[in-house]
Order: sequence, then C-alpha cells, then structure tokens
Amino acid sequence: MSSDLASRASQSKDISRNKKKLDGKGQFWLVFRYIALTILFVIAALPIYIMVINSVKGITGVNQSAAFLPPSSLNFGAWGPTWKILREPMTRTLIFVLQSSIISAIIGSINGYVFAKWRFKGSTFIFTTFLFGMFIPYQAIMIPLTQFNKWAGIGGTIYVLVFAHVIYGIPICTLIFRNYYQAIPNELIEAARVDGAGMVRIFRTIILPLSIPGFVVVLIWQFTSAWNDFLFAIFLTGGSPKLSVATTALNFITGSGNQVYYGNNMTASLIVSIPTLLVYMFLGRYFLRGLLSGSLKG
Amino acid sequence: MALKSAKRKKHIQNPWGGFFFVLPSILAMAIFVYGMIGWTLKFSFSNRTSAWKKDNSFAGVARYTELLDDPEFTHAFSNLLKFTIVFMIGTMISGLIMSLLLEKGIKGEGFFRSTYLYPMAISFIAMGTSWRWLMDSAKGPKATGLNLIFDKMHLNFLENTWYTSIKGSMFAMALPAIWQMSGYVMALFLAGFRGIPDDLREAARVDGASEYKIYRHILFPQLSPTFLTVLIILGHISMKVFDLIYGIASKGYVTKVLAIYMWQVIFDFQNYAKGAAIAVVILVMIAVVVIPYLIYVNKTEEAK
Repeated sequence: MSSDLASRASQSKDISRNKKKLDGKGQFWLVFRYIALTILFVIAALPIYIMVINSVKGITGVNQSAAFLPPSSLNFGAWGPTWKILREPMTRTLIFVLQSSIISAIIGSINGYVFAKWRFKGSTFIFTTFLFGMFIPYQAIMIPLTQFNKWAGIGGTIYVLVFAHVIYGIPICTLIFRNYYQAIPNELIEAARVDGAGMVRIFRTIILPLSIPGFVVVLIWQFTSAWNDFLFAIFLTGGSPKLSVATTALNFITGSGNQVYYGNNMTASLIVSIPTLLVYMFLGRYFLRGLLSGSLKG
Repeated sequence: MALKSAKRKKHIQNPWGGFFFVLPSILAMAIFVYGMIGWTLKFSFSNRTSAWKKDNSFAGVARYTELLDDPEFTHAFSNLLKFTIVFMIGTMISGLIMSLLLEKGIKGEGFFRSTYLYPMAISFIAMGTSWRWLMDSAKGPKATGLNLIFDKMHLNFLENTWYTSIKGSMFAMALPAIWQMSGYVMALFLAGFRGIPDDLREAARVDGASEYKIYRHILFPQLSPTFLTVLIILGHISMKVFDLIYGIASKGYVTKVLAIYMWQVIFDFQNYAKGAAIAVVILVMIAVVVIPYLIYVNKTEEAK
C-alpha cells in the first residue's frame, strides 16, 4: 500500500491527455502556476545556494554584502583545511552508519515478513506497540540508555550509536518492510506451502529475492537519518572528540565563537551534507518511499 | 477446516513460528522503549538532582512542582507552543499550496518536487549555518542575509532581528522548520490527491461544478485522512524539535524550547531528576495525541 502511496506521489501525472488547447483562462492559470512554482523553487533552493557559492570564496567568505552573488573566481581555499578536520569524523560516521543500516534492514525484513504474512494472535497489537516507539521523544529514554551503555560496556565506543540506531530504528524498518511485503500476493506463499515449504524457506526462496527495493528504501532511510542524527550523537558520545561524528564535528566548527568565518562554516556544512545529498539525488524515489511509509497510512 | 479458517482470515495462520522470529524485537522494544520510559519516570520522581550526590530516594511530584515554579521552564514551554502553532499552520499551508500547484500534473513536475523535498535529506546542523546567516539580525548598511535582500528591495520595514529578540523569535525560528518540512507535507497531499479517482472530478465537471466547488466539496473531504496524518506528523515533530533550533541558535535563552532546556539541565547542571521530568512532559504531550491515533490506525488495520 505504501509503495502505492509513494508511486502516486513520485510519478508525474500523465498530462498528455490535457493537450487540448487551453482557452485564455486556462493559459492564465498555467502561467500563474509556473510563476508560483518558480518562486517556491527559489525559496527552497536559497539556503543550499548560499552554502555552495560561499564555499568557493575562500575561508573568510570575503564581502558579506556580496554573499548572495556567485564569486568572480573560484577559490577552494576553505575546502582543504575543513576537510582535514572533517575527514576523520566523517569516516567514522560512514563506518558506523553502514553497520547500523545493514543490521536494521535485516531485522526489519524479518519482522516485516512476520507481521505481514505470518500473523499470530495479538500480532496487530504488538505491531502497534512497536509503532509508538517511532513517535517517542528520545529524550524520554536518553538517561537510562546512557546508564545501560555504561553497564553493557559499550560506553565510550562508537557502538553506542550503532546500538541506538538499530534499536530505535526497529519500528520504522519493520513498518516499511511490512507495508512492502503486504503487497506480495498471499497466493504465492500459499502455493509454496502446498509444495511443502516452511516459513524460513519461503522467506529465503520467494520473499528475499523480491525484497531488493524494500532493502534499498530501508538502507537509504537508516543511512540518512543516522548520518544526520545529532541528538543521539551529542547525548551518547558526550561530545568526546574521540567519538565525534559528522554532525557533532560540524557543530564544533560552526558553533558559537566561529561565526565570523562564514566561508569556512559554509564549506564544512556543505561537505557534511554531500553524502546524503548524493543519495537523495540518485535514489530520491526510494527516499520518498521511506518518508511516506513513516506516515503510517499503510 | 484449517484451510477454511485460513481463507477466512486472509492471512496465513501459524501461531508460533512467526512469534519466535519477532521475539528478539519484542524484547528490545519492551526493554528499550517501554522499560526505559518507566526508568525515566522513576528518575523524575526521585531526588537525583546532582551528579555527585547519588540520592535516588522517592520525591513524589517534587520535581514537577519545581518545574511549574521555574521561569525558565515556563518560558521554554510557551516558546514551544508558539513555535508549534506557527510551524504547523505554516507548513500545512505551504505544503498544501505546493501540492495544489502540482497535483493536476505540469511539465517539470519531477524537478519542482525534488527541489521542494531535498531539505528533508540534509542535517539541520548543516542547514543551520545557512539559516543563521540568512536570519542575521544586523540591519541597514551592515545588513546581511534576508535583511540585505529587503534593504536592496527598499522594503526596509521588513528588516527585523529574526530569532534574536524575544518578540517574534519563535515565529522566525519556525521559518526554517517550515522550509524543511513543506516538501514532506506536499508529498503526502500529492499522494492523497492522486488517490482520488479522476472520474469523480470529471463527473462533477460534467454537472457544471466550478473548480473551486470541486475542491471544496469533492476533493478536500476525500483528503481528511491525509489531513489527520499530516497533523499528527507535524505535531510530534514540533514537540521534539531540537537540532533545528540548536543548529541555529544553540542554547540561547530567547529560542529555548523543552528539548533544549532538558539537554542543558542534564549536561550543564547534571540534574538528572529534573531532566527526566522535562522529558516526561514532552513524552506526555506527544502521547496524548499519538496514542489515540495509533488506536484508530490499529482498529482500521484489524477491520481489514
């Protein structure tokens, strides 16, 4: 169902049959719509535009009153020093985010398979209690979680973040996979059962081969949200530089005290945004699908 | 007999196999969501108000009554309410406008849609840099950011101090939030509009209904589940808002909301009990909205 939802929102409407000649009023509205869309486009693009053009003006960002204008010559002076600071945290982030996304996707696909196709008594209720976990403010679990990490011996390591993203990613990953598997016809599974296949074998031979788009959605979702996460990072690593990740390192650079060096700050912000922006540019359709799955209208 | 009941239930019945595979996740949710919420609750009823004095004795509602007398808390609470109202209305309207402009289909739809949605893919710590610059409070000849645009366009009366002065700070803070979430709301509405069969529209048109009437009496009523979903999503995001504000204004007093105050109470003052109490307040505000919604979703789910 939710893949339906996503395809409805992500496929452009077929406008070929609207080809009939527009009358004056129709033409006015078309022009009006394009003007409005363009204004909204400018507003939406403005912050990233600012970031990009100011990242190629050197460290200090020179003239503030010309900050809206593209530079007269490209100056990548800010990229080198900024990357030097960000390289280590970003590598660390990439490694932990890949781990947590892959584990999340595996757990999500197993849970989703059961909740979609092998319901047991009370499974809908349990699924609903999972969903609540998606809405909770993480502040409400942060203090005990810190204590648990210490107790479990992972405090002070990057595994606190892997663990947090896997655990608190269970609801959304389960939901995405459940919605995805619900679209697979039951007859397919019935037929396999008649042939004597059990739950695990059906999963391995029928469901998994069909799951690639579902995995892409969940991996992208978990990747983006863990990469951009700031709350868990700042709470669980306690701001320790040994464990700084992309967002906390960035906050260290751009945070109060360094506000003058806009060239530097904009460059750092852009570098940290590049991985998720690339994913969005190339796999935006899957990102949208994950986003709409979170809306529960499965 | 077994076959018959399986057919009637539509889903394959296998009471135990499935359960065992989700058992690890059930335990994880039980411990790390519900258990830890309980733990936080217990903290909030305790005397653990400093890091060095490990006094976990029961304090009743003392921490909560303290919050009511804490001007910083009431300030953060009213800030959050202001932010929520502006953010929800603003995002709803701009998302709806975006979807209305696109829903009939237009050349270049994919391009506009992707631009409206990209803010969701970027960290707010990163976007905060841009927004901090855009909402710089300097005016007149020193103006930068949006104030500079207003200055150049001779709209000086629009120049303002944005999020830096008490008056209107939360309205300014809602702007980047609206900017970030509008695309999401657009996508939800777009999916809603496209789920309505075209025949409905055509029939009304044949009957001579004006475009306005078609939206008012046919399309919008069909979208009421979408409106509900959007309200719930925006509402719970707003209650939790943290990195969006932190990325722009850090821990500044003027734009302080509950999540930021809680963080400060925990890290700067090490007052775990009070921090827990603030967290519980946020949780309760979300739960009163989300739990009825989940029950509703659960019911429609079971009816399927």
